[in-house]
Amino acid sequence: MEKILFLISAFLLVWGLRLQSDPASASKGNKLASVGMLTAIFSAIIMPLEDSFSNLIWILIPLSFSAIVGYLIAKKIQMTSMPQMVSVFNGLGGLSAVLLSYAEINKWINFSDSYDNTVVIILILSLFIGSVAFTGSLLAFAKLDGYKWSEKLTLPLQHIINLIFLAGIVVISYYFLITSDIIYLHTIIAISLVYGVFFVAPIGGADMPVVISLLNSFTGITAALTGIIFGNIVMLLGGILVGAAGTILTILMCNAMNRSLLNVLVGGFSSSGSSQKRKEQGDIKEISDSDFAVQLFYSSKVIIIPGYGLAVAQAQKLCKEIQEILESNDVEVKYAIHPVAGRMPGHMNVLLAEADVDYSKLIELDQANEEFKTTDVAVIIGANDVVNPDAIDDSSSPLYGMPILKVWDSNTTVVLKRSMSAGYAGVQNPLFFKKNNNMYFGDAKDSLQRLSSELKNL
Amino acid sequence: MNEVLNFLIENEILIYLLLFTILLGFEVISKVPSVLHTPLMSGANAISGIVILGAIILIRTTDPSNVYTLILASLALLVGSINVFGGFFVTNRMLEMFNKKKKN
Repeated sequence: MEKILFLISAFLLVWGLRLQSDPASASKGNKLASVGMLTAIFSAIIMPLEDSFSNLIWILIPLSFSAIVGYLIAKKIQMTSMPQMVSVFNGLGGLSAVLLSYAEINKWINFSDSYDNTVVIILILSLFIGSVAFTGSLLAFAKLDGYKWSEKLTLPLQHIINLIFLAGIVVISYYFLITSDIIYLHTIIAISLVYGVFFVAPIGGADMPVVISLLNSFTGITAALTGIIFGNIVMLLGGILVGAAGTILTILMCNAMNRSLLNVLVGGFSSSGSSQKRKEQGDIKEISDSDFAVQLFYSSKVIIIPGYGLAVAQAQKLCKEIQEILESNDVEVKYAIHPVAGRMPGHMNVLLAEADVDYSKLIELDQANEEFKTTDVAVIIGANDVVNPDAIDDSSSPLYGMPILKVWDSNTTVVLKRSMSAGYAGVQNPLFFKKNNNMYFGDAKDSLQRLSSELKNL
Repeated sequence: MNEVLNFLIENEILIYLLLFTILLGFEVISKVPSVLHTPLMSGANAISGIVILGAIILIRTTDPSNVYTLILASLALLVGSINVFGGFFVTNRMLEMFNKKKKN
């Protein structure tokens, strides 16, 4: 019976993930996968086991508590905090693997005759990867949430220190295997936790999505490893599936930024940022509320380029409001979505969807670059690096080679920004100094509010 | 070394499964529009919470007098299932938004 259930759940997990790679079926895919997961949990609770005890209460209490907590968190969380949320969840998954492997190893120390060394090696591996996923995800969360300290954790010679840590873990694991002294195990956990921090520390905040995706596949691998130990095929299958899918997703994300995974892990942006010596920058022009409003109002085509600034200011609804005002005056309004706009791919799509922006108004990179040529005004709201011409012109720029939105092909560009500070990649943007560009300073929400009331007065 | 070799031989089917699942994982994801990257990551993350099955099995095979292991395993189950449930609900919320658009 439970064998059939496990089979069904394995099928649902694979098929669910498959459906999630197509926009039309993604929602259904997620539901299928969750049914698969519930089936697997149910089977694990009812499956007959040798030497089993009725510890049901120890299972049902945490399970139901987490179901409620998980539901509430998912319900309450702001759409803008989605990337952070995924990284916290992933950290919890890593922690779960750590606790589980630790408990299992403790059992081994007490009844060592029933285990062989291979099993312990696998458990240590799972302990290590789980710990890295745990602290790494938490640091990724801190970086995404903009905690300043999180950007300054790097030590000199970080990469060499990391290698020494890895070697240390191997040596201590060997001693643990011979002596089975719990002290060694604790040391392994401690080093692994610190290693997780060091692993993520040198990577720039803009690359956190890639890191989370990578750590996500790490958690998948720990699930698979523990699956081997518990002889559970669904765990093995689900874990490896996530491990492989996570790896591919990581690589896809790197491709969208035109960088290699290695380059991301070594901390490409932060290390080359210092070599940026800016040439003459020229002057910037500011545009007044009324000029901006008039310019938009009498255009025939406007493209909005949303970025992280729009997300933090929670200004997506205002954005939609302005879109409607303009559309009622026969202005064609579209949104150009850069694949890595915001802090995570798809971030902007989710955000605009929340504000009820019609899906067909969103255009992707290649189409947008065609359409800018016939656009009157390109409005850049809180985006920076994705419209930086250096990516095309300046081979010394850390952004060089990244596909970007060529907004300057439009008649005029208006950049909504809080200040002249550099973007996430830490480089200045020559677009701001172009002749047909205007700056409109302020928090995205305030700016759009001003603009919206100005438009209503026209 | 022998031990490792024996382990591999004993679990031959498992190793085959492992290899094919890796290929399957690659294949399932290989063509995804960037719009779906975030929901997909979130959905995959929820699936990685499958590790809680191990916690459930461990709890069921632990002697009730061994409270230490029970507490550890329950904690593993607790944090792991927040990952599972939260992950699926969050993913669902993200994807519902795309769906809503389609109908209009």
